[in-house]
Amino acid sequence: MGRASPRTSRVRLALYHVLLLGGVLFFWYAMTEPGLIPPFYFDDPTRAKFFFGQPLEVLRRIWSWFYGGAIYLHLGVTLLETLLAFAIGTVLGLAFGLWLALSPTASMLADPYLKAMNAMPRVILAPIFAVWFGLGITSKVVFGVTLVFFVVFFNVYQGVKEVSPVVLANARMLGASGRQLLRYVYLPSATSWVFSSLHTAIGLAFVGAVVGEYLGSAKGVGYLIHQAEGVFDIDTVLAGILVLTVFALILDFVVSQIETRLLVWRPRSAETEML
Amino acid sequence: MTNPALLLDHITCTFASRERPDERYTAIREATLQVGSGEFVCVVGPTGCGKSTLLNVAAGLLQPSSGNVQVLGEVLAGINRCAGYMFQAESLMPWRSAIDNVLAGLQFGGVERLEAERRARDWLARVGLSGFEQRYPHELSGGMRKRVALAQILILDPRLLLMDEPFSALDVQTRQLMENELLDLWSTDRKSVLFITHDLEEAIALSDRVIMLSAGPASHPIGEFVIDLPRPRDVNEIRLTPRFVELHTEMWHKMKDEVLKGYARSQKN
Repeated sequence: MGRASPRTSRVRLALYHVLLLGGVLFFWYAMTEPGLIPPFYFDDPTRAKFFFGQPLEVLRRIWSWFYGGAIYLHLGVTLLETLLAFAIGTVLGLAFGLWLALSPTASMLADPYLKAMNAMPRVILAPIFAVWFGLGITSKVVFGVTLVFFVVFFNVYQGVKEVSPVVLANARMLGASGRQLLRYVYLPSATSWVFSSLHTAIGLAFVGAVVGEYLGSAKGVGYLIHQAEGVFDIDTVLAGILVLTVFALILDFVVSQIETRLLVWRPRSAETEML
Repeated sequence: MTNPALLLDHITCTFASRERPDERYTAIREATLQVGSGEFVCVVGPTGCGKSTLLNVAAGLLQPSSGNVQVLGEVLAGINRCAGYMFQAESLMPWRSAIDNVLAGLQFGGVERLEAERRARDWLARVGLSGFEQRYPHELSGGMRKRVALAQILILDPRLLLMDEPFSALDVQTRQLMENELLDLWSTDRKSVLFITHDLEEAIALSDRVIMLSAGPASHPIGEFVIDLPRPRDVNEIRLTPRFVELHTEMWHKMKDEVLKGYARSQKN
C-alpha cells in the first residue's frame, strides 16, 4: 500500500470499518439461518437461531419498535434516567471534588470512607434502592448517581490537586481573591480532567439506568430486555442492546462536541500531519 | 531620607523536611538587602543558593522564619500588593487567550470589561504582540509568552518588579532582545526592580547594583557591586566595553570561590 493523502486514507479506513461490520453480520447470518449450511453442532437446524438470534430478525424488531412507536416510551424513560443520573452525579462530584481538594481537613476525614465506597461493588445497591425508592425512575437515578459520582469526584479532586503552583501563585500576585482563584484558576484547570471523566460517566449513567430497570421496573429499555429474556426471545434482547449501544454512542458524541468547544485552548497533539 | 521600595531585614528561612521532621534546612540566614526607589538591583549567586526563596519572601508568598519585610516603609503582611512578580516557569493561564491573560489582573481588581480590554490591547502592542490577542499560550513561542507575562504584570503598574530568572529559558538572541525591551520599558517610568539571575553578564548589563549571595545552604549576601555603566544601555554592545569587562572579572573572581564551594558540597551529597 503506497502513501495516500490523509483524506483518502480516512475514506479507506471508513470502508474497512463497514466491511468488518458487514463480515461479522454475514457470519452471524450464515451460522444462524436454518438450512443454509449443513448442521454441524446442533441436530435441529433451528436451534442456532434460538440461541443466537438472527440479524435480520433483530433489525425487523428494531424497525417495528420505531415504526410502530412502542419503543419511544421505554427509550424516553431510560434516557431521562440516564441524563438525570449523569447531571446530578456530575454536579455532586464536581462540588465534592472541589470542596475536598481545597479543604485538607475535610479531605483527610473523608478519605478512607470515600475509598471504601469507591471500592464497594455498587451494583449490589440497585435492589436496595428499589426497596427504598420504589420501582419508578427515582431508584434508577439514585443508582446511576452512585456510579457517576465517584468517577467525576476523583477526577475533579485530581484536577484541582494538579493545578500548576506557578499559575496559582501568579494569579495570587495579580490580586485574585479566594473566590476568584476558584472561579478563574481551579475550575478551568480542572475542566480537562472533568471532561475526560464525563465520557466514562455518561456510559456509567446508562449502565445505572438499564441495570436498575432490569432488576425491577415497569418501563424502560432494560425492562423490555428483561421481559424478552423471560420468554427466551433472544432477538428482542439483542435489539434492545443494539438500540442502547447506539444511544450511548450518541450521548458520548454530544459530550465530545461540548468538550471540543469548551477546551479550545488545549494543544491538540495532531495539529500537523506528516505527509 | 525616603523609604526604600523594598527592605529585606535580617531574613532567615528554615524549612523542615517533610519526611524527617527533625531535619532542618536553612536556605537563607540573616540576609539583609534593600532596593531603592527607581533602582534596578540584580541578585546573583550560584545555583541552589536560595535566590528564589528570597524573592518569594519579598512577594509575600512565603513567610520568613525570622526577620521582616518592609515595602515603602511599611511592614509586609500577606501578599505584596505593590509588586509584580515575573516567574521563571510558565505562569500564564493556558486556558486564556493572550489578551485575557493580560487583563486578568484588571479583572480581579474589578475593572470594567471593555476598559480592561482596551488597556490590555494597548499593553500587548507595547510588548510587540499586536495581532496575537486571541492566541492561546501554547500557540505562542517561548519569547512571546514571556512578553505576555511581562504585559500581564506591567498593566497593573506595580511600584516594584520582582523577576526570577525570567529569561533563562529563552535562547541567547531572544533573551538579549527581551533584556533590551525590559530596559526600554523600565526607563520610561523607572520602577524599582529586584532581578534574580545566575548569569553575571545579564546582571551587569541590566542593573545599577549587583548583590552577590553565598552558596547555599544558609546563604547570605557576600558582596555588593555598583554598576557605573552609562544608560541607556544596549545589552549586546555594553558587553564589549572595557568597564564591563573589568567589572565582570572582578565579580567573577569573587563568585568563583562560591561556585566551587557549592560544587564541592553537591559532590559530597
